[in-house]
Amino acid sequence: MIKLEQVSKTFGSEEAGVHAVRDVTLHIAPGEIFGIIGYSGAGKSTLVRCINLLERPTAGTVTVDGRELTRMPERELRQARKKISMIFQQFNLMPSRTVEQNVAFPLKGSGLSKEAVADKVKELLALVDLPDKAEAYPSQLSGGQKQRVAIARALASDPKVLLCDEATSALDPQTTQSILRLIKDINRKTGITVVVITHEMAVVKEICHRVAVMDGGFVVEEGSVFDVFSNPRQPVTRSFIATTSNLSKIEELIAANDPMVALKPGEVIARLNYGQGNVAEATISEISRRFGVDVSILFSNVEIIDGQSLGGLVATVSGEQVREAIAYLSEKDVVVEVLKRG
Amino acid sequence: MADFLNSIIPNVMDKPDLLWKAFVETIQMLAITTPISLALGLFLGVVVVAAKPGGILQNRAVSLIMGKVIDLFRSIPFILLALLLIPVTRRIMGTFIGVRGAVIPLLFGTVPFFTRQVETAMAEVSPGLIEAAQSMGCSPNDILWRVYLKESIPGIIRGATITVVSLIGFTAMAGAVGAGGLGNFAISYGTRNQTDIVYVVVLIVLIMVSIIQYIGNKLAAKATH
Repeated sequence: MIKLEQVSKTFGSEEAGVHAVRDVTLHIAPGEIFGIIGYSGAGKSTLVRCINLLERPTAGTVTVDGRELTRMPERELRQARKKISMIFQQFNLMPSRTVEQNVAFPLKGSGLSKEAVADKVKELLALVDLPDKAEAYPSQLSGGQKQRVAIARALASDPKVLLCDEATSALDPQTTQSILRLIKDINRKTGITVVVITHEMAVVKEICHRVAVMDGGFVVEEGSVFDVFSNPRQPVTRSFIATTSNLSKIEELIAANDPMVALKPGEVIARLNYGQGNVAEATISEISRRFGVDVSILFSNVEIIDGQSLGGLVATVSGEQVREAIAYLSEKDVVVEVLKRG
Repeated sequence: MADFLNSIIPNVMDKPDLLWKAFVETIQMLAITTPISLALGLFLGVVVVAAKPGGILQNRAVSLIMGKVIDLFRSIPFILLALLLIPVTRRIMGTFIGVRGAVIPLLFGTVPFFTRQVETAMAEVSPGLIEAAQSMGCSPNDILWRVYLKESIPGIIRGATITVVSLIGFTAMAGAVGAGGLGNFAISYGTRNQTDIVYVVVLIVLIMVSIIQYIGNKLAAKATH
């Protein structure tokens, strides 16, 4: 549905300017929910604006639904944009218009009769679960309600693509969940292709099928959410994963020299990350039996992603054969990091 | 009642017809100048906003020239502007005195002022709204009318209120250079020790300004959601 080929965007001059997006090639399939994650300044917001050409790439081509946007004249591009909707972190509803008028905004000039527009607006407000807010002004709504209105407005032109630019970043966790569920539902019902820009791994985990990780303008890693989660290859990806799991808390404890992490000689603190499938295996009791080591679990975290379980734990391992036990785990496809030695 | 008025404002009671005539002249000046200057200022304000760097129809030359011209006229005190424009007024209107003669300087005084007011009001429209409209495939024209103007209506109303209030001030000054009206009336007699006339004129102007401010505030509040 969306094809970005070697897209680059530089603000300012080629030498002295800011290279916001560098040589990005991405193919996003129809009906997919695709996540683009990165820290602020990674270029993800610029990249998503390259999809509807709110930012014109300085190099590369953008093709949506088989039509190359980067070659279109302005007028044609504006028509194409009606099929590529966008929602925003700050919602961007028109404050002087009612909810109803906001949702009807993109329908002007669509050739629909007044009644047809009214019906459509009603239908959309029902879809986003705000049937009784038609007459309200945006200032009378909560953040979550505003984003629902924005989603209704985005869907008014029957788009094939929905771009979500940090759409839940201004919302509290509960509201975030409900908005994500709504997007997921709409994706399932209509088959719309969704691109989600976020800095929160939790969002990706919640709704995305595939994900691309951005850093310094480059897409550094890309794949199914499960693959990226279970086998992160880049430090930036690992740091994102760390944010959603409590397994990273151990680093703070070690840095603070907490009594909880005080070790006797021969003991080690290790973080074990399980890949596909073996999470359920009783690897801990197995090494305990085989190598006579004691494993005391400090933190553990198991998640269900895309229907598969994934997780890990942090534990203090002690005994005569710690080294052998760790080597055995590595053989079993468990990623072992020794964080501290006694 | 008449006796009472005669005792406190003798000079006004002496020539009520002249006061009435002056009042009508002021109203005429306002009635002619207000709609023209608001319409022109609105149009020019939109052009300035569209043309400025980063605007939706950016044009360096237009933006630069308009900015300079507006600043030029805004920096000349109105009383001097009125004098400066006498040749232009005479050429266009055939005279530089009376209500006819006042219209041109009043327009030159208020249009740049209101243009800046419109520009300021429109600058407060969140760039996010413009981006949202662009993402929906709106044309620059659509964005100017359906987003910029629509969303800045309260600010534009407030700007228009200030503009009309300052226009009343300008009509008084125009009176000093031959335009007639309340300003002229007050200046002619106030300088001849008939200060009661000045008081009455000030009172009338005060009431006019209050009414305009009241209407402006009401309209702005109604347009704000």
